[in-house]
Parts: sequence; C-alpha cells; structure tokens
Amino acid sequence: MSQYILRRLMIAIPSLLGISLVLFFVLALAPGDPFSELATNPNVPPEVQAALRAKFGLDDPIYLRYLHWLAAMAQGDWGFSFVSRVDVDTLILQRLPTTLYVVGSSQLLALLIAIPVGVYAATRPYSLFDQLANTFAFIGFSLPTFFTGILFILIFSVKLDWLPFVYSSVPGSGIPWLLEMIRQAIMPVMVLGLFQAASMTRFVRSAMLDVIRLDYVTTARAKGLGQAKVIVKHVMRNAMIPVVTLIALQMPAVFGGAIVTEQIFRIPGIGSLLISSILANDTPVVMAVTFVFACLVVLFNLIADVLYGWLDPRISFR
Amino acid sequence: MFDKNLRGMIDDVKDGRMDRRAFVKRMIAVGLTAPMANQILAIGGVAMAQSPNPYKPTKRGGGGPLKLLWWQGPTLLNPHFATGTKDQDGSRIFYEPLASWDVDGHLNPILAAEIPSIQNGGLSADAKTVTWKLKPGVKWHDGKPLTADDLVFNWEYASDPATAAVSIETYSGLTVEKIDDLTIRITFKKPTPFWANAFVGAYGCIIPKHLFADYKGGKSREAPNNLKPVGTGPYKFVEFKPGDLIRGEINPDYHMANRPSFDTIEMKGGGDAVSAARAVIQTGEYDFAWNIQVEDEVLLRLEKGGKGKALFAVGGDIEFIAINFTDPNTEVDGERSSIKTKHPILSDPKVRQALALLVDRDSVKKAIYGRAGRTTANYLNGPEEFVSKNTKWEFSVEKASALLEQAGWKLGSDGIREKDGKKLKLLYQTSINGPRQKTQAIVKQACQKAGIDVELKSVVASVFFSSDVANPDTYAHFYADIEMFQIPMTQPDPALHMRRYHSRNIATKENKWQGPNFPRWANKEFDAAIDAADTETDPIKRADLYIKGNDLMWQDNVMIPVMHRLAVEASSNTLRPALSGWANQTDNLQDWYRES
Amino acid sequence: MISAVLLLLLIAAVVIGPFIWRVSISDIDVVAGLQGPSLAHPFGTDDLGQDLLARMIYGGRISLAVGLAAMLVSVFVGTLIGALAGMSRGALGYALMWLTDLFLSLPQLPLLLMLIYLFRDGLKAVFGPEGGIFILIVLVIGGLRWMPVARLVRAQFLSLREKEFVEAARALGASPVRQVVRHILPNALGPVIIAGTIDVAAAIIAESTLSFLGLGFPPDTPTWGRILYDAKDFLDIGPHWALFPGGAIFIAVVAINFIGDGLRDALDARKVI
Repeated sequence: MSQYILRRLMIAIPSLLGISLVLFFVLALAPGDPFSELATNPNVPPEVQAALRAKFGLDDPIYLRYLHWLAAMAQGDWGFSFVSRVDVDTLILQRLPTTLYVVGSSQLLALLIAIPVGVYAATRPYSLFDQLANTFAFIGFSLPTFFTGILFILIFSVKLDWLPFVYSSVPGSGIPWLLEMIRQAIMPVMVLGLFQAASMTRFVRSAMLDVIRLDYVTTARAKGLGQAKVIVKHVMRNAMIPVVTLIALQMPAVFGGAIVTEQIFRIPGIGSLLISSILANDTPVVMAVTFVFACLVVLFNLIADVLYGWLDPRISFR
Repeated sequence: MFDKNLRGMIDDVKDGRMDRRAFVKRMIAVGLTAPMANQILAIGGVAMAQSPNPYKPTKRGGGGPLKLLWWQGPTLLNPHFATGTKDQDGSRIFYEPLASWDVDGHLNPILAAEIPSIQNGGLSADAKTVTWKLKPGVKWHDGKPLTADDLVFNWEYASDPATAAVSIETYSGLTVEKIDDLTIRITFKKPTPFWANAFVGAYGCIIPKHLFADYKGGKSREAPNNLKPVGTGPYKFVEFKPGDLIRGEINPDYHMANRPSFDTIEMKGGGDAVSAARAVIQTGEYDFAWNIQVEDEVLLRLEKGGKGKALFAVGGDIEFIAINFTDPNTEVDGERSSIKTKHPILSDPKVRQALALLVDRDSVKKAIYGRAGRTTANYLNGPEEFVSKNTKWEFSVEKASALLEQAGWKLGSDGIREKDGKKLKLLYQTSINGPRQKTQAIVKQACQKAGIDVELKSVVASVFFSSDVANPDTYAHFYADIEMFQIPMTQPDPALHMRRYHSRNIATKENKWQGPNFPRWANKEFDAAIDAADTETDPIKRADLYIKGNDLMWQDNVMIPVMHRLAVEASSNTLRPALSGWANQTDNLQDWYRES
Repeated sequence: MISAVLLLLLIAAVVIGPFIWRVSISDIDVVAGLQGPSLAHPFGTDDLGQDLLARMIYGGRISLAVGLAAMLVSVFVGTLIGALAGMSRGALGYALMWLTDLFLSLPQLPLLLMLIYLFRDGLKAVFGPEGGIFILIVLVIGGLRWMPVARLVRAQFLSLREKEFVEAARALGASPVRQVVRHILPNALGPVIIAGTIDVAAAIIAESTLSFLGLGFPPDTPTWGRILYDAKDFLDIGPHWALFPGGAIFIAVVAINFIGDGLRDALDARKVI
C-alpha cells in the first residue's frame, strides 16, 4: 500500500503541472479587464487603462506569462493582485480562517444530518419517516442557495430579528465576541449545510439500501444479531464507499469557499475573493486560489482511494 | 439680453449692491442651480461662497461608532491607484484634498485656507494659473506637518508614468511649484476654464511625501503605506482587509473644530445592493449603505415602517442608448464598425428618430428607477446652466411606425419591417445588470410593436468595459447596432463629458479602440463648438457652446437618453450624512453626525 | 407510477399550454406589476406586469428540455468515464482520473467566458442559431457536471469488480463488456440515479446563469431558473413570483427521481421486499 501511495504522489507532480498549465490558459484566454471600472470615468482616458494593462504584463504572450508564473511559483512567489496591488498570499491567508470556519461547519452539519437520517430512512424504506426525509431532500436541492439564503434572511433577520445577516470580521476577544461569532455564522452554515445535507441524505440512503438487501446481511440477521449491530457493523462499512467519495469531492470546497453563500452573507472568505477576482479578471489571485484548489482535489482523491482499500479490503491497487 | 442682464447682476454682487444669495435665487428662478450660479460668480470675479454643511455637534467625538456598508468593498487605499469610486471612498476616510464639492456643488475648503478667486489673487484672468494657500497647522496622523512640498510631491508622483497612477491625467498638462511653505501655484499649459481638478475631489487626495518619497515610479507598489494610510483626515487608520473591511478611529488632532463626531468608523464590503438596503433600512444593522441600485418599488416597500430611508443626490449621470453610425457586420481592414463604413439601417436619420420615439422613458422610470431617475431628452443634464431647454422627447409607436414607413421600411408578413428584401433587425447590447436587462425588455417590446426585430445581448461588465484589444464584446468595439450603459459625471463641469464625441476621438482599430467616441459620430459643427468651449473663459459663452453640442447630439439622435440617474444611498433615520451629487459619498465625511 | 404521470402532465402542460393559455409572454404593463394570482393572471404577474403563467409555460419547455438533456449528458459521460477508470488497471485509469481532477479544478465562470469568446461565432455557424444554442447549453452544462458521477461510478466499480458474482462471471468466460453491462453496472446504478436527479435541478438553475453570460438563450427568455432568480429580491413583496418556478422545479425533481428508482428496480434482480 505504501508503495502505491508513493507512486501516486510521484504521479501527482506532473499531473498538477498539467492542470496548472490548462488553468492558466483558461484564465488568460478568458476575456475581461482588471481595470474595467475606469472605462466610463471621464477623468481617466482609455490610454491610462491600456497603459496599466501593459505595465502588468497582460498584453504579453500567454506562454511567457505562464513561464513567469511558474518560475515565480517555484520560488514561493505567488505574485500580486492587479486590483489591490497586494501580495496574493497575504490576501488568501487573510480570508482562509473564515472559510474554514463557516464552510467547514456547514460540511460537518451536512454529515451530521445526512448520515443518521439516511441510515435510519434506509432501514425503514417507504415508511412515513423515509417519505418525509425524501420530500425535504427534494425541496433542499430544488432550491438554490441564492434563494434559501434570502428566505432565511427574511425570516430570521427581518421578521423575527433573531440573527444578524451581515457577517462582521471585526477582531475581538471575550465570551460575548465569541458568542457573536457563533451567532452570525448560524444562517450561512444552515443554508449551506442543509443544501449539502439534502443530496448527501439521498446518497447515504441509496448506498445503505444497496447493501441492506445483500445476502450476507440476511445471513447476519439469521444468525440472530440485533438490528443495530447488523446496520452498524455489517451494512454501514460497506455502504460507506459512495459516502467517502462524496466527502472527498466536497472537502476541497472547505478551502475553496462557497461563492454564493459567502456573497449573500458578506462572509470574507475565499469564495467571495475568488468571484470578485474572477469578475475583475485578477489572474494572479484566481490562479493561486484555483491551483491550491486543484492540489486539494488531487490530494483528497488519493485519500479517498486509500480509504476504499480500508473499507473494502478486496479492492486492490497495483 | 439674458447675457447682458447677467453681467449687470454679477457686477452688482461684486460691488455689494446685490446680496449673493439673492443672485443665486434669481439664477435659480431662470433655471440655473446654485452650484452653477456660484461658478458664474467665481469666474465673473466674485469670491465663491462657502456654504458649510449644517453641523450641530458642539464637541469632537462622542457620537459612537459609524457603520458603513459598501457592497463593493474598497480593495486599495492609495487614492492615486483607485480604480473605482469604492477605492476613492475608502481612501477618503484617511486622506484629504484641498477642497471638496459640497452639497450645493460649491467648493468647500478642506486643506486649503481659502478657495482661490480673482479677488484673493488665487486665479489669474487668463485662466492659466491657480494659487492655493494651505491651512496652517495641519498635521499628518503621525504628527509631521503638511507643507507645500507634499503637494508638489503628489504632482510628481502621479504624473510619473512609471508610478502607474490612475490619477495621471488629472496631473498632466500642468506644473506645480512651491511658492512658500504653505502656498503652491499650478500653471496650466493652455487656458483652463475649469481649474478645480488637480488637488480637488476624489483624485485630489494628498499623500504624505515623507512616507511615499522612496516609492515613486517603478517601486510604487512596494510602499508599506499603500495598505496603512497616514493622512490628514478625520479618522486615523486601524485596520484594512481588501474587499472586506476598513476600520478607523477618531483623529483627536483633526484640523476642523468639533469634528469629527463619531468615535470609530467601519466600512464593510461585499454582498449585493438589495441586502445592503435591507441592513440599513429594514433591520438597522448598519447606518449607511452606498449606491443602492435597486428597483424603487423595493426601496419603497423597505421604507415602510423601516429604520431608515433612501436618499437621492442629483448629479449628471446619464443612462443612454448609443447608436452605431458604422456597420458592425462588415469587416474593413480587419475591423468591424469601421469608420470607413456607414450603418446600413441606422445611418438614415428617420430610423434613428423612430428609435428615439420607441424608448418609453416613463415606463422605465415607473418600473425601475422611480425616484432615482428623471426622464430627459438631453445627454448633458447638469449642472443646470449647461442643460438645454431646446429639446424634447416623446414616446409614440404610431409616430415611429409612420417614420419607418416614410423611410421605406414596409411591414412584412411576419410583422417585421423590410426594405429591399432586408429585415429591420437590430442587435441591442448592454452590460449585465438587473435594471439594464429590464430596460432592454421594455424597449424591445415597443420596437416589436413598430415592426423592428430586436435581438438582446448582455455582456459581463468586466468584459464589456475592458480595454482588451482582442475582445470584440467591449463597448468601445461596439460590434452591435445599439448599446446601452451609463456614463457618470465626476465633477460639476461638462468638458470631459462632451469632449468624448469630438470626431478626432472616434474609436478605431488604429487607436486600439481607445478613442472614447464609441458611436463613431462625426459632426463638424459639434467639433467646432467643443474646441471653442475648451478654451473659452467667458462662462456664459462657454455654457452656450456646450448646450449647442448637446442639441446637435439630440438632433442627430446620437444618444437616446434613457434616464438621468440620481445617486441613491440608504441611511438610518438618525444619521445626517453630507452628500452631494457632484462628489463621492465620503467626500464630506467630516461633516457627518447623528441626530440625537 | 404516479411520478411518471406527474412528469407527463408537466410535459403536456408546457407543450399544449400555449394553445390553451394564449397570453403573450412579453406584454409589459407596468401598472399591473407584481399582482398576485387572479382570474386574468392565474399565476400573477412579475414586476413589469408580464403574465407569469404564460412565462412559466414557455420557460418550462426550455427548462425541462435543458434539465433532462443536460442530466443525460452528465450521467452518460460520467458513467462512461467512471466505468472505464474503474475497470482499467493501468495508465488509462490514471489518465481518466487526471481528467476528472482537472475538470473538478477548473473554475467555471472563466471557462464559460473563454468558451463564449473563442467559440461563439463558430458554434453559431455550425449549429445554426436556435437549435445550436440548445445543443451548446446542454453540452456545456452536462460537460461541467459529470465529474461527481465519474468518481462515484469508479468507486463502485473498484469494489464491485472484486465481488464473487463478478468473479464467477469472469470465470465463466464473460467478456469485460458483458461483465460490466450485465453484472457490475446494474449494481452501481444507485448513486448514478441520485446524481441524475440532483443534476436536473442543478441544470435548470445553471441555465439561467448561462443566459446571463450571453452563452444561453437571450436574457429576455423566461426560463424557470431565470424567473426564480429574478423573483428573489421580491420575495417579501410578491412571494407568488418565486413560488411557481420553485414549485415547478421541485415537481420535476420528484418525478425524475421516482422514475429513476423505478428504472433501478426494473434492472435489479434483488428488489426490496
């Protein structure tokens, strides 16, 4: 196994290089301008906008820009943002903790809802509980987060006045500040967590159902094992493969942020940095965020593969 | 007649026979506004009035925190790098110019001891020099004194192309010299009737020489103080997170008495305009929200029983539909919409006239802009003295249809007009923005009724407004028949606003589409009027020239004005912000206070 | 069974609807804006006074067609790549997983902008304006959503290919294709169907974003996703505006899901008793 992991890690380097190349070309070819806000300002003639483009190297050939980026990157230099003229790593590190906190909590919430609900629903298929869980799940992924976010704001902030909906990043300390940090994260975590939980519940339920009707489960039951023991020891472990896959798919997002939700609640996370940088064509920032994201995608794919082997020892990798 | 009377009145004010307030009132009665009346007096030789913003607090501080919501958060805090008004707004909390445009459009001295005038020797009669005197005793936040050297440095800094300053144009075409420690003189290369650009307003903010001197030119990005501003403003810097948060605290040594009123200031970024309006008007989480571009219907509902209200400031921003005078579908020398071509449909004045008749400005106002818009026939909508009274507009599908008939466009069997076997079909592009897509729908429907087939296209704003030479979707390439967007008026003077459409400024492949005349309209009469206005020092003749320019654009239907847009802000009911349609929102921040 | 009827009803409504409900989708009447349901406008009106029933019917055709077709594309591509990667024990598997990782990492917005910029005119010429746009949208949405399916299918295959019944089939000399089609795939369908139902909803929403970017139908085309997006800021003023598109997407999702479940039960020998 360790040999396998080592080999995968070796492959990861050229494959990440390939991904970075494609990413850079996509970003460089995508049209747009970091200075478009200047366009209609009568005080700033278009030559200024064009001169800024030239100064930041946006008019150089793409392959040159890529080589520059790669060379700088190899020395740990992430470049600077065209828009704020701040170093990219500073920008990202400023926002990472918030994203980890909010998106991480919501993923946790999704798992905490999806696994028990999905498992329980699968043990009693087509019961009232199962039907209800399914209906909520369908509503959950039929409604996009841009919609549920506003719905939550209207209910919990405007009507009931329970929760704030502007996420404040003013630093502080003490218990009241800590409570405030928790309070303001409730709505975004719920919106994102419930959306994820909806689809996750369906996957867990289906994976459980696939296993629950296999012969060995019937055998275990016939041996006189209790229902709870059968479910936990025999069914869940084998049903976890799709769930692990899904979690591995979601994990990079914990670092990459959630664009829509962060935007709605003004959470200063990676997602809102990414979307504003994309809209402003701020290539160094977008490149850095997406490249880190790509590394995580590759890493968690590897972790998932290792976990498959642990969950089902018959799976062999050579 | 009017001209002669006016001269008499100016003299009366000058000699003290007439109260300046009375003069301003008389001007308003004949259709001018206070700002213009004051400009007339200033150039006519009467010192400009200072109309301090009403300010009640009798002591500095004690006003608690001021919480501002900017749905596009400032991304940098060096005023010379500000790419958008959001960055200017953020910088302005800490940095100050010599003077700002106040609520009435007067120049309000900030760091200047007085506003230059002919009386006080600040302005020369030939409009080629301006002498500014600094307020004595002003200190930077780190305790160093503000001197004339700082101003000269700002000019050198911004006008150096290697600095890559956005304010470069504001500081080119002039020289700045130090007269003494508290006096500078600006010398323009040619007569400049509108002299209040450098060191005034948003791009006029002054950065300290002692912290930036080592970072002029190529090293400008490395200055540590780009992120930690040290200015002269009412608030001192505490914290900055690009795009997210700016925090400041009261400047106890501020140079204006009893100001500022608030103890701390917070500017939060991100989100969207609607929820920003909610946070101020509905829940009161924040005191003030910037640029609330929201359907008025929504604002009115929010205001019912809310904790705040929408505020409107009149400036000169214009939302319009521009007509392409060249052919976007024929390529000449590797360029579409080439000046060597003529638009096959829209070069006919009757068709353009018909299009103007099909823009239902009342419906657009009712359904979208509401209180935040005024219907207009003019491209130039302010200051009042430059606004033409000779134009009119109307909405009539019948008249438009009749005009199209006359022009030879006959109704086809499918309800679309045609001429010589060609369908009357137009491509209508704009940037992606809720109100704009709704306006497109309203215009398209009227056009369909008149037998014009309109195809709608919307482009992401960062692409539409980019200077990317290779991208065909920018407003400057104009590879469409008509296009719609807004041009703001950043100062109470039309020179920059009107100069765009001079025929030497036509956007072409040769000038990399940097020519700001995107409709590619060429009119000798207009060119002559604009050239004359550029150096005309007589304010009345100058205004007439710009009105003539506006009327020529109206006659030719170069631009179909959709809406004269007002700046919209949301404010809590107790906050008393000092806002002006001629300035950025934070330009008079020192005068903000809360009614107890 | 009920679900198939439900979906058929929905399809019938959007196909036959315009012949019964003959109100224009674009008639603007700002005075009659934001009205709740009434006899004249059974679904009410939006803020420009356009009839929501007519817009829902018109938009339903596009949304249902795009949602279903894009779902089929993503499920097909995902299953194909996942199955190949799951069966392969060599370089092909690595290459396909690399491709999946690449697509997962690509930021979608810049990618879409680049596609528009590079290929719009060419695609218009090749596919023609109307049908071309439909094919383009379906390919773009499907092409950006197949990766989770591929990873899920591959994971299932890794496990299933070692199971006794597959080994038995292999021992009996079943070709790899037969092993996959007859034995492995039916047992791996569970997650695929769930992903499919989620993709229908996601594709209907995604379509509305595309039209914003100038890649989809013109911005004045009312689709369910678009109507829902436009309605969001008016949620407290005119809740009916959002209710109908939201409800329609929900019904479509439920219907697709039950059809999927039925499909799996039909393919699977061991049914839930």
